[in-house]
Amino acid sequence: MDTQALSVESANIARRESAWQRLQRHWSVRIGSAVLALLVLAALCAPWLGTVDPTLFDAASRDLRPGQSGEITTLDGELIKHQFLMGSDSFGRDIYSRVIYGTRVSLLVGIATAVLALAFGIVFGLSAGYLRWLDGPLMRVMDGLMAIPAILLAITLVAMWRASLITVVVAIAITEVPRVTRLVRSLVLSIREEPYVEAAVSLGTPTWRIMFGHILPNCIAPLIVQGTYICASAILVEAILSFLGVGLPPDIPTWGNIMSEGRVQFMAYPHNLFFPGVFLAVTVLAVNILGDGLRDTLDPKMARRL
Amino acid sequence: MYTFILRRLLSTIPVLLVVAVLVFLILRLTPGDPAAILAGDAASTEQIAQIRSSLGLDRSIPVQFGIWAGNLLQGEFGRSYFYKMEVTLLIAQRIEPTLALAALTILIAVAVSIPLGVIAAWRFGGWFDRALMGFSVLGFSVPVFVLAYILIWIMSLKLGWFPVQGYKRLADGFWPFLHHLILPAITLSVIYIALIARVTRASVLEALGEDYIRTARAKGLPEARVLMRHALANAAVPIATVIGIGIALLIGGVVVTESVYAIPGLGRLTVDAVLARDFPTVQAVILLFSFAYVLINLVVDMSYVVFDPRIRY
Repeated sequence: MDTQALSVESANIARRESAWQRLQRHWSVRIGSAVLALLVLAALCAPWLGTVDPTLFDAASRDLRPGQSGEITTLDGELIKHQFLMGSDSFGRDIYSRVIYGTRVSLLVGIATAVLALAFGIVFGLSAGYLRWLDGPLMRVMDGLMAIPAILLAITLVAMWRASLITVVVAIAITEVPRVTRLVRSLVLSIREEPYVEAAVSLGTPTWRIMFGHILPNCIAPLIVQGTYICASAILVEAILSFLGVGLPPDIPTWGNIMSEGRVQFMAYPHNLFFPGVFLAVTVLAVNILGDGLRDTLDPKMARRL
Repeated sequence: MYTFILRRLLSTIPVLLVVAVLVFLILRLTPGDPAAILAGDAASTEQIAQIRSSLGLDRSIPVQFGIWAGNLLQGEFGRSYFYKMEVTLLIAQRIEPTLALAALTILIAVAVSIPLGVIAAWRFGGWFDRALMGFSVLGFSVPVFVLAYILIWIMSLKLGWFPVQGYKRLADGFWPFLHHLILPAITLSVIYIALIARVTRASVLEALGEDYIRTARAKGLPEARVLMRHALANAAVPIATVIGIGIALLIGGVVVTESVYAIPGLGRLTVDAVLARDFPTVQAVILLFSFAYVLINLVVDMSYVVFDPRIRY
């Protein structure tokens, strides 16, 4: 066997291992993913964390301060004693249970939006970058979409459709697709000039295969980084939509909804806003820190730019 | 230069046209009949049909777009379904608070973030630099309405320095006007400061690595002059760019901030109009915001010539 080829190969493996190790050693990645792991765990195990059904209410337990004990009526009409760790709202619902269940919505919206925006952005970006006749018209539409401030567009889209988990995710994803498209397009434009693409073309490889088999794999690192940032911003925008009263229906416990209901009584009972606000900020912070860590380790070119 | 300005102005037309078509389609191709909402619950089918035809909603979509776009070119935004008045007039009533809030926010953000970014780059890797980078990640992560309530809680309720909510017109006197505006502007400026400080730091850092900085230091210039005249001046183009891009962030923040602080501006108007399915108002406000965004970025492009004389158009 050719020894030179072997040594090149082992050098490649060594580099790949060190990239993975670099990732594990990076403090931002460690902290970000640890906090996120806790949140995912809380979302999955919500029913077993001392919570009650987040929609249960009891008129006798209205506006309790954090830590106070009170009673709550279960769906069977049974009266149970419950300690309100984060207090209760003006209907007598347990804020702690609502916040913990709200974790599910936020994480789901963040991840689903990132996946959806990346999927469409990849298809549009590859098409614009590789099929030149599509480039002009497609990018004009994307420019137009980008000129509309994201939150305004999301508010309008959600309010015009009936607000549900799916419409909220789709609306936020639509505001993110142009940015992903631009990123993928610019990557494609530089990658398509590489010799290995030229080689594939001259071997008669079908176009779709060049796009997805040869070009796309080389865009993965920046796309993962972009995906985390989309996730963070989607969680924020979902909370803003709920807070403004145009997001998910009020009976679904989301952090934005809890704060939206609590804002009227803000001066007397700030705990309605405080606890969901802290959870929201910590979650977005964790995702952003993870994104910064991923950017530093996976995408050195982008790291140098910022 | 003039041909460049003209070319750039012309190139914004297709973008705005796409925005207009998109906004129009979003509002028309979705469920929810504004005629039914206007008519109320008690209205009969005939009454709804009558309202629909009086609003021109019974015609085909391309015809509706044609009429709307034609009026738009004459400066006519149509009549608000909900407020029962000309949209142009409605916007004129609501624009002062939004403009004032945006202007004060940009002023605060630029005045605070650029010195911070320069100092961080100057003391690269030191405690100040790390603190600023930490603050900047935090600034991106804390939602604007959470920050708003924290600030109201501390500055208004505990310390009593600022009014809790509300807005005073400039006509009511300058001090009350400013007094009501400071807290919302600080709230809104935090994310903007995070953004600009980050880019300022990065681009000043890059400039500081250049040979002319070593030359400037070698010939004995005071450090402040090296930083301002040589490093910052050469970092101006990316900073101007990010200020322009940040306008989109600012507009989104305006909507939320006005809602929290009960400021009767365009942001509140947008939310109210969307909830009432007031098509003409929503269309006008979104177009206006998008136009402002595109226009400001055009001005930013022009400013490159001032900041970097090497750039010629």
